Amino acid sequence: MRSLRTTSYAVRSPHGFRAASAVVVTAALLALAGCTSDRGAVEPLGDDPEVTTSRDLTVFAAASLQRPFEELGRIFEDAHPGVTVRFSFGGSSGLVAQLAEGAPGDVLATANEPTMADAVKDSLVAGDPKPFASNTLQVVVPADNPAGVRTLADLAKPGTQVVLCAPAVPCGAASAALEKAAGVDIRPVSEEQSVTDVLGKVRSGEADAGLVYVTDVASAGSEVTGIDVPEAAAVVNTYPIAALRDAADAGLAAEFVALVTGTEGGEVLADAGFRAP
Amino acid sequence: MTSLALPRWLLVPAALGTLFVGLPVVAMALSVDWGSFGSLVTSDASTDALLLSLRTAAVSTMLCLLLGIPLAVVLARTSGTAATLLRSVVLVPLVIPPVVGGIALLQAFGRRGLLGSTLEVAGLQVAFSTTAVVIAQTFVAMPFLVLSLEGALRTAGTRFEEVAATLGAAPTTVFRRVTLPLALPGLVSGTILAFARCLGEFGATITFAGSLQGTTRTLPLEIYLQRESDPRAAVALSLVLVAVAVLVIGLTRARREPVGGVVS
Repeated sequence: MRSLRTTSYAVRSPHGFRAASAVVVTAALLALAGCTSDRGAVEPLGDDPEVTTSRDLTVFAAASLQRPFEELGRIFEDAHPGVTVRFSFGGSSGLVAQLAEGAPGDVLATANEPTMADAVKDSLVAGDPKPFASNTLQVVVPADNPAGVRTLADLAKPGTQVVLCAPAVPCGAASAALEKAAGVDIRPVSEEQSVTDVLGKVRSGEADAGLVYVTDVASAGSEVTGIDVPEAAAVVNTYPIAALRDAADAGLAAEFVALVTGTEGGEVLADAGFRAP
Repeated sequence: MTSLALPRWLLVPAALGTLFVGLPVVAMALSVDWGSFGSLVTSDASTDALLLSLRTAAVSTMLCLLLGIPLAVVLARTSGTAATLLRSVVLVPLVIPPVVGGIALLQAFGRRGLLGSTLEVAGLQVAFSTTAVVIAQTFVAMPFLVLSLEGALRTAGTRFEEVAATLGAAPTTVFRRVTLPLALPGLVSGTILAFARCLGEFGATITFAGSLQGTTRTLPLEIYLQRESDPRAAVALSLVLVAVAVLVIGLTRARREPVGGVVS
């Protein structure tokens, strides 16, 4: 550093501002270069165990899995000291799109099999996806049920403000299948991006009713009421999970998959209202 | 006007800045699947979204002008605590995230919001309607208009207005014949900014208005949804949105040039 300062002295007075600023830029670049080479020199010497064992596991999971997966993340962190589990929750197809565009992730869990099939087709997945849970749809209404909804058919009544998932996302595909199975034609006032958006609109009372998963109704507590739909038994969503091909640590990713598909995972998922696949 | 000599070193960061802003758009244009571009952007869902966007952005910009011009004049010609407070309120939509704006709008105009039941009694159903889209766009875009116009009005000063008044012009005449023409460049650029902001509105709309083809699903919402199922269509539509924005700015500039040559 000392030599750099001397250079800038020597050059500044004869050549004025331009030369001085050129020196400043050069000095800055040299300093940057110096920083990197410094770090390069220090790193091999640093024998700090914290640095070498702290690892991140990034899990891309369907929005409806948020509650049980956050709990499983804590269990996993307890069993693997130094590991931090980070989650990206969202609509399944959006998650797959992000991964296809190069988002770094270790594990993917989707809300239905077609979206996982897309991920497999894009060669994003390592090995075969394993089904680990299943979910069915339920009609959800605000606690005070302003439109007096009792059955699925009530959602087709004119004047009832129903919100569904857009057909492009898994819950929307399931909703469309349920409508078909029950012979009901619902005209939604809005087609939302994810199942949590549908729940949010019903929870706030903006919408009179919606179709969400049983587990979403359970997570919203007393603010909403779920109404069982007999035909929903025919439209079961199976949730698959898989380690990703570009996982930073394939072993760690496989262990998380094993936790979710194992007994402990099954218990946590059952507590959140999920059924076995 | 002779151009002032620029410090040359400024050009390096300026070039970097241009690259930083321009590169993503160029990259997007390069990744468009031109073979299927036509069919991707002319699907029913896409044209519905584009037309809805243009329609709502036009109405919202009109609303911004109706409410924003008087607001800017009041702000530019007053001072003191009250004016500072008023300015802070008007600028709120600019500094809060659009999603938060959408939540705030829900609390005010939603079915269970402050005014929701009153509106419903009056037969106005805001939730999930195109009206909600216009409300969301106007809310987020108005500060852009108010800010540019207020700046222009302050720069123009009050001297000409005072002269007009002493010559016997009524306040409304002064406003129409002196104040507005002097601030025209600021008004035009503020209007462009507001329109572009309306066109790009996403967060407040999806939170407050919902998403239904032809009713509330504007172009940005359609792009976001297409990303789920057909990323190629999302890229193609994004390019359409860029093209529309550039076209609007270009048209307004072209019309402004003969008059605004001296000012700009």
